[in-house]
Amino acid sequence: MPDLSINFAGIKSPNPFWLASAPPTNSGYQIMKAFDAGWGGAVWKTLGVPVVNVSSRYGGLNYRDKRLIGFNNIELISDRPLSHNLREIEEVKKRFPNHAVIASLMVQTRQEWHDIVRQSQDAGADGFELNFGCPHGMCERGMGSAVGQEPKILQMIVEWVMEVATKPVIVKLTPNISDITEPAMAARRGGADAISLINTIQSIVGVDLDQFAPYPIVDGKGSNGGYCGPAVKPIALNMVKNCAQHPDIKLPISGIGGIETWRDAVEHILLGASSVQVCTAAMHYGFGIIREMTSGLEQYMVEKGFNTIYDMVGKALPNVLHWEDLNMKYKVTANINEDKCIGCQLCYTACEDGAHQAIKLNAGTRVPEIIEENCVGCNLCSLVCPVEQCITMERTDDGTQHLTWKERTAAGTAPTVFEDEKAGGRHHWVPEPSAALGKERHKTLPGKARLYSGETVLPAEAE
Amino acid sequence: MAEFFTPTTEQEFAENFAQLKPVMNRTEALYESSRCLFCFDAPCIKACPSGIDIPQFIRQINSGNDTGAARTIYEANYFGNACGKVCPTEVLCEGACVYNLQEVKPIEIGRLQSYATTKVIKSGEKLFGPGADNGKKVAVIGAGPAGISAACELRSLGYTVDVFEAKAQPSGLTVYGVAPYKITNEETLAEMAYLQAQFGYNTHFNSPIKSRDELEKLEQKYDAVFLGIGLGKTNELGLPGEDKINCTGAVEFIAELRQHHHEVAVGRKVIVLGGGNTAMDAASESSRLGAETVLLAYRRAKEEMGAYEFEYDLAKGVGVKGLFNVAPIEITGNGYVAGVKFIRTETSDGKVLEIAGSEFVEPCDMVIKATGQAKQTEFLGLIPGLKLDGKGRIIANAHTGQTSNPKYFASGDAWNGGAEVVNAAAEAKLTARGIHAYLSK
Ligand SMILES: Cc1cc2nc3c(=O)[nH]c(=O)nc-3n(C[C@H](O)[C@H](O)[C@H](O)COP(=O)(O)OP(=O)(O)OC[C@H]3O[C@@H](n4cnc5c(N)ncnc54)[C@H](O)[C@@H]3O)c2cc1C
Ligand SMILES: Cc1cc2nc3c(=O)[nH]c(=O)nc-3n(C[C@H](O)[C@H](O)[C@H](O)COP(=O)(O)O)c2cc1C
Ligand code: SF4
Ligand code: SF4
Ligand code: SF4
Repeated sequence: MPDLSINFAGIKSPNPFWLASAPPTNSGYQIMKAFDAGWGGAVWKTLGVPVVNVSSRYGGLNYRDKRLIGFNNIELISDRPLSHNLREIEEVKKRFPNHAVIASLMVQTRQEWHDIVRQSQDAGADGFELNFGCPHGMCERGMGSAVGQEPKILQMIVEWVMEVATKPVIVKLTPNISDITEPAMAARRGGADAISLINTIQSIVGVDLDQFAPYPIVDGKGSNGGYCGPAVKPIALNMVKNCAQHPDIKLPISGIGGIETWRDAVEHILLGASSVQVCTAAMHYGFGIIREMTSGLEQYMVEKGFNTIYDMVGKALPNVLHWEDLNMKYKVTANINEDKCIGCQLCYTACEDGAHQAIKLNAGTRVPEIIEENCVGCNLCSLVCPVEQCITMERTDDGTQHLTWKERTAAGTAPTVFEDEKAGGRHHWVPEPSAALGKERHKTLPGKARLYSGETVLPAEAE
Repeated sequence: MAEFFTPTTEQEFAENFAQLKPVMNRTEALYESSRCLFCFDAPCIKACPSGIDIPQFIRQINSGNDTGAARTIYEANYFGNACGKVCPTEVLCEGACVYNLQEVKPIEIGRLQSYATTKVIKSGEKLFGPGADNGKKVAVIGAGPAGISAACELRSLGYTVDVFEAKAQPSGLTVYGVAPYKITNEETLAEMAYLQAQFGYNTHFNSPIKSRDELEKLEQKYDAVFLGIGLGKTNELGLPGEDKINCTGAVEFIAELRQHHHEVAVGRKVIVLGGGNTAMDAASESSRLGAETVLLAYRRAKEEMGAYEFEYDLAKGVGVKGLFNVAPIEITGNGYVAGVKFIRTETSDGKVLEIAGSEFVEPCDMVIKATGQAKQTEFLGLIPGLKLDGKGRIIANAHTGQTSNPKYFASGDAWNGGAEVVNAAAEAKLTARGIHAYLSK
């Protein structure tokens, strides 16, 4: 059995799955229930200055039949009395001494930071997470993402905290910034023990078409909120990777953003996270999802022969290069498996309208055909094909050549001026614009019923 | 078998005849529509005789534009709601859906279609209207799918339309023939009322056109006459004993059933003669009416039946048993049906041969003849110059519907010899345009 336990910057946890600071960690009741269900740790809903919340607070992004592929909120930090939260932290720690209980904090002055760190430490918290990420409400008061966007201030506050903290300090970063590594480095300079990312992304998740107001709607009005859920995973993964690859950061990373299954967690881990945090998925499906996550992770580790989480942390990083270091001589071409093809012709329209006109239709069959010399190997057709493994991208170079943009630049073979003979796009086949006219077969359809052929196949005379 | 208790109330009837394709709720429609791939040059459209732009309306449902979806459907097919429920979708659109090739359940196109149209019918929202009056008039004989579709299209082209119908209700076999577990009377008639309100054609019920006199009046008063008269009564078999009480034609039996529901009685043991879709319907319906045994007797082998496989499966599913390679030679009994005398058969070179000496009597107390509908050749003979083919079908141009008497146009069962609602609706729409082209010359 692989060992799922972690020691994250000194915070011990039986598995890498933590609940992120959010509504699921609003109370001791919930956190005990979650630990009971199998979660390894919890970052308490942020404690701090007094706030008042509005209703409604959440907006959802649904796609076709899928609910909440994206989620947003305009909620603030904990609105419960600090003393209640502290008392509950103490109780949770008493009953779950081996689970990670992390106090998320957000206050303003140096004195306030000192006080709240000491109080949480006394209550038994295993560590702290400084909330420099909240993108709505708190930033207007000079906290949250307002701090996360100002590396100097961020560093100063981390320093204040480090003056009194005897437990590990994690800095939670906001993605609402152009270069995530800048606040990450500021956290490092300030002496933080770890970073966690991402907090929510400033967003408008949708607009009500009848009320003409953004979601969530508060008495006919709305505000920008913080975006999270499955849809933000790609952004989170990229930022985790950026921090993990940066030579000057070198801090443990707690990956957050779009984690719903063990797969999402593994992706974060392979890109450098050594603990992961979950919010939206727990809000959507409850604490029970942890069973699928731990069992999936365990199974994966067994299959790959990983004994500990640390065997896999950052495993994908060496394969994430800069674009200029990619091999330009590598070439793939689309290939359709005729037996699998169901004839939906989505690949045809995609390549025809959205790519390189490298697929053609032939009379008498619905299976499209790749025009190999036109195919640039972009992948689009294989992405739209609804049949697993029906369109595959086959390697068509001979594997002997390797040439990168960087190497071309060094060798002086990179194009440098407009109309440069060495530039791309010159050797592709592109149809003449006029060939587009009258092409779309769909154009003649209904509007007013397609002309009925009248060639009814008469049914066999009923007996 | 007695899978069904004899229904004695409307509610019990509704339970025994529960809808095979109940109308979807919003969630079902959302989920199902989300699966559609939006195929290019979609095979489902090609398989639909009325050419509805299926991926378009499915996407409209998925994006919350149910009204737009209904419009897309009705633009191609005025019986859009009925077709969603009564079409043999298994062999039409849904049978062509690309998901079949992946062994995945095809999109439930029929139910999605009824979902959108039911919604718009319920709301009464006006999607269409008559075109500007062009001063011309067309008479439509028959208010079946063909007649009503022609009336709608002609109205949208600006004609004044008078529909003459022998029966008391519109929609023809959709309300007098189709099995009640496919569509309810309320649903059928609601669509008819909706169309009438949109297009404003005039309807004359209980007004059969029977005589040369009546036809002459129509010829004088109208610029063209549309024949949407469908087929006639059940064919006579010419067997001894066919006149016995409880020996009935399927079309007549089903018409009774559609109108009087549980008040229609069946025997305890019913023999249905025939192997077509109507035979399957009649057998299934007898079983649902509480018959203890229903036997389907067919002249040829099971594989040679004309009925769709899914229709036979449906009948088997409610306990109907098959008796193959038997030909009826006499209905026995003394005044009432007591049994059917059969002779065993075999097929050779496509011909049915009787096996001498193999006669036997299968007892029963009801016989339903599902042996095809007769053509209305006598009535059609009253129209000067109107040509019929060897099978009694009206001969008409496949694109314009014009018959050999230029003033007369035809569509539907009377022209195609008996097909489906969707064929009648699609043909009639085209014929209405044929009339328009003819009268615009
Ligand atoms: C038992 C049975 C079950 C069926 N089940 C299905 C099914 O599940 N799905 C499906 O798609 N199709 C089904 N069909 C076929 C479908 O009902 C027909 O193809 C369709 O109704 C044909 O439409 P129509 O307008 O041509 O004729 P009809 O529906 O027959 O309409 C003709 C109308 O004309 C009227 N009429 C006839 N003569 C005159 C006259 N001289 N004067 C005035 N009015 C006249 C009739 O009363 C009738 O209302 C079934 C048919 C039968 C018999
Ligand atoms: C394959 C691809 C290439 C793109 N190339 C460019 C580009 O050359 N210039 C640009 O301004 N934006 C480019 N974009 C960004 C798009 O214009 C757009 O801003 C972005 O995809 C977000 O819109 P969406 O969510 O509708 O995709 C590209 C997007 C994609 C998917
Ligand atoms: S997208 Fe795939 S299944 Fe559809 S036509 Fe193309 S190859 Fe065939
Ligand atoms: S890989 Fe791109 S260019 Fe090649 S066939 Fe597919 S969509 Fe077209
Ligand atoms: S064939 Fe099926 S998946 Fe394709 S457009 Fe039609 S209903 Fe949609």
